[in-house]
Amino acid sequence: MRPATEADLAEILRDAPPPLRIVGGGTRSLPGIGPNAALETGGLSGITLYEPGALTLVARAGTALAEVAAALAAERQHLPFEVPDLRGLLGRDGQSTLGGVVAANASGPRRVQAGACRDSLIGVRFIDGTGTAVANGGRVMKNVTGYDLVKLLAGSYGTLGVLTEVSFKLLPVPDRVVSLMLTGLDDASAVAAMAAALGSPFEVTGAAHWPGQGTFLRIEGFAQSVAYRAGRLARHLQGFGAAEIEEDEPARARWAAIRDVAAFHGRAGDVWRLSLRPSDAPALADRAEALARLYDWGGGRVWLLLPEGTDLRTRLGPHPGHTTLIRTAASSPAMPVFPPEPPARAALGAGLRARFDPRGILNPGLMA
Amino acid sequence: MEMPVPRPAILLRKARIVERLLAILPADAVVHDAVATRAYECDGLTAYRCPPLAVVLPRTTAEVAAVLRLCHAEGIPVVPRGSGTSLAGGALPTADSIILGVARMTDVIATDYANRTIRVQAGRTNLGVSAAVEGEGFFYAPDPSSQLACAIAGNIAMNSGGAHCLKYGVTTNNLLGVTLVMMDGTVVEIGGEDMDAPGLDLLGVVCGSEGQLGVVTEAVLRILPKPEGARPVLMGFGSSEVAGACVSDIIKAGVLPVAIEFMDRPCIRVCEAFAKAGYPDCEALLIVEVEGAETEIDEQLGLIKQIALRHHPVALRESGSEEESRRIWLGRKSAFGAMGRVNDYMCLDGTIPVSALPEVLARIGEMSRAAGLEVANVFHAGDGNLHPLILFDANKPGDLERCEALGAAILTLCVEVGGCLTGEHGVGVEKRDLMPVQFSATDIEAQMRVKDVFDPNWLLNPAKVFPLAVSAARRDA
Repeated sequence: MRPATEADLAEILRDAPPPLRIVGGGTRSLPGIGPNAALETGGLSGITLYEPGALTLVARAGTALAEVAAALAAERQHLPFEVPDLRGLLGRDGQSTLGGVVAANASGPRRVQAGACRDSLIGVRFIDGTGTAVANGGRVMKNVTGYDLVKLLAGSYGTLGVLTEVSFKLLPVPDRVVSLMLTGLDDASAVAAMAAALGSPFEVTGAAHWPGQGTFLRIEGFAQSVAYRAGRLARHLQGFGAAEIEEDEPARARWAAIRDVAAFHGRAGDVWRLSLRPSDAPALADRAEALARLYDWGGGRVWLLLPEGTDLRTRLGPHPGHTTLIRTAASSPAMPVFPPEPPARAALGAGLRARFDPRGILNPGLMA
Repeated sequence: MEMPVPRPAILLRKARIVERLLAILPADAVVHDAVATRAYECDGLTAYRCPPLAVVLPRTTAEVAAVLRLCHAEGIPVVPRGSGTSLAGGALPTADSIILGVARMTDVIATDYANRTIRVQAGRTNLGVSAAVEGEGFFYAPDPSSQLACAIAGNIAMNSGGAHCLKYGVTTNNLLGVTLVMMDGTVVEIGGEDMDAPGLDLLGVVCGSEGQLGVVTEAVLRILPKPEGARPVLMGFGSSEVAGACVSDIIKAGVLPVAIEFMDRPCIRVCEAFAKAGYPDCEALLIVEVEGAETEIDEQLGLIKQIALRHHPVALRESGSEEESRRIWLGRKSAFGAMGRVNDYMCLDGTIPVSALPEVLARIGEMSRAAGLEVANVFHAGDGNLHPLILFDANKPGDLERCEALGAAILTLCVEVGGCLTGEHGVGVEKRDLMPVQFSATDIEAQMRVKDVFDPNWLLNPAKVFPLAVSAARRDA
């Protein structure tokens, strides 16, 4: 099914279809999405409003991310949260859509400074599981009118409704990018260096540790300001060693590689993602005994590559933070994508899904 | 403004209810005599008042849970209250309700500088959070103008903003977790120290839910390193339209000031008379502030001045010292107080797309003349969050009603041009009945479904946010 209009989509959902798998471009869907009939959103496409002077974009949910990125680039603007391109990691092709980005709350390295996808998202339209159209938020960046269903829909993986339109606040593309690279740090020292950098006033917009490659700290903005802050940051971190500098194109390429988890491309195994307090990350990553690891968000997000079929949750036992299974081999035993939630919170999630999708037809089981 | 009729059955049971509250709380945590409860009859929206049945001032999450369990069992409405600074009537009680105030829950539970978080009890004031971490060079970013008094609990309920949110975002962008007590007494941990939480983004919907989903007793907040410095520039223009165009050009140029504040002539005049900040005599002025080290400030202000000069400002004054910065901000920060000295006023809070600024300011001027009520404008221009102040005389019969009618018309205009009814103050009771201007019946129904999940009996702050007629069936069920 591939509706071309919001009305067609609403009609499909009103007519009580069988359980569905909601697909944008299919570039970042999770292992637990199941074999249900596909409902594709790619037909709901096009930018409906772009106001560079107001830093605002509104587009239909099936609009290709590439199309949006090109339109924004022409005005030297971008989506602040640095959308990861997971095609290389997941072995997919196709075109990522804005709706898929929102449904997955897909957020890259700039999360530490500019926030996640949900923080830039200012409006949604969606069709719920009964076929009813709902609008929430809008196109202005300060809006507390009624409940914030915008945030609720971000990261809901299609389970509360099928997005038809999304609005974002934007930021200017920085004139200059500089990346400081520290080498030779073990994971614990790297996390400490990243904490020192993120706790400094020099506005670090990315902090990642790529074992074997280095520890990277990004500074962006106007030329003089970047030069000043990079210099001060290097001095601030001199206890961790001398920093090498990567600039502009090499720096942009470096951060794209971190964003897209290039470290794991072409390598066999399951991919897990850990979210946790940065200072807990090194010890927990050790306990995971991973084949490879990559720390982003100053250590608050850790990508782990494990042998196929390894149940990371069993291996870790009770631990701070939480785990998400991002990629697994078809031959691996089924493992829940998301960790089980404590009963009271699980009941709230289940209650919301039951209200917005009473027949359980939207990606059923994916988040439950 | 209408409120639900108090339930006689609850009013008649007052003595027994107070007795039960005293059985689960220390004696000093229950306020029930007719004089003392008057202190809680209103919040910052003082036009509407009603003393509650009783007030409870718990000190712990366990006490909050005990109170809510009791009220749930007895079917008593509960109105959560932070510091009572809401401008929208978010903490306005009904005679049959219990005010649950968190003002005694002010502890810092843990600070974690390495991970840049702080966990506090939710009654702590906004400024009290920054004060707890400033020794280590950190601060809490959202800065509502009531920040000296307002509680984090209320900030979360209303998703409060502030002058500096252009750069740092509002409460929801700086909140990582809450301890939430639900109406039936269940305690739920939502989010935490992680930068993303598992499951649906419940935190996102709790923030800004105006105390209708649960009572927040603890919060984990993101703290940020303080910038090395900050400096404002003051610019005067010959018309509001030109000032509006300058705002749009600054934003488009890629400079991200921490604040862009706007004042028009009526506001400038009153502030100048009060604060003597040395503001220029002009139709509109902007205060633009940037942050960083000296070289960075020079670079950004240089760009901003270049843009401003293209719009032929009648005044352009860059601060050269702490004292000059203080004076530039003085008038703006005393705006509401200065206005209150000369007049009764109603403060609106609609947001519009920045591009609509010139058109909307012109239309507000026309509407003000037609209504015969003066409107002064002072607002956060960078994000389009307007604060038109409608001046009226509370002692003049009919003036409040005419003022409210003009306010509703201005907010309707904000929605028509693509904006919203409230940018940072919340809906409360004040804008409750305007909700259908912005939302369809199904949009409102979708929001009410969320409340159904968290508070199926509609006992928490039930007469707020949604038009009474729309929520009646649920409240009366």
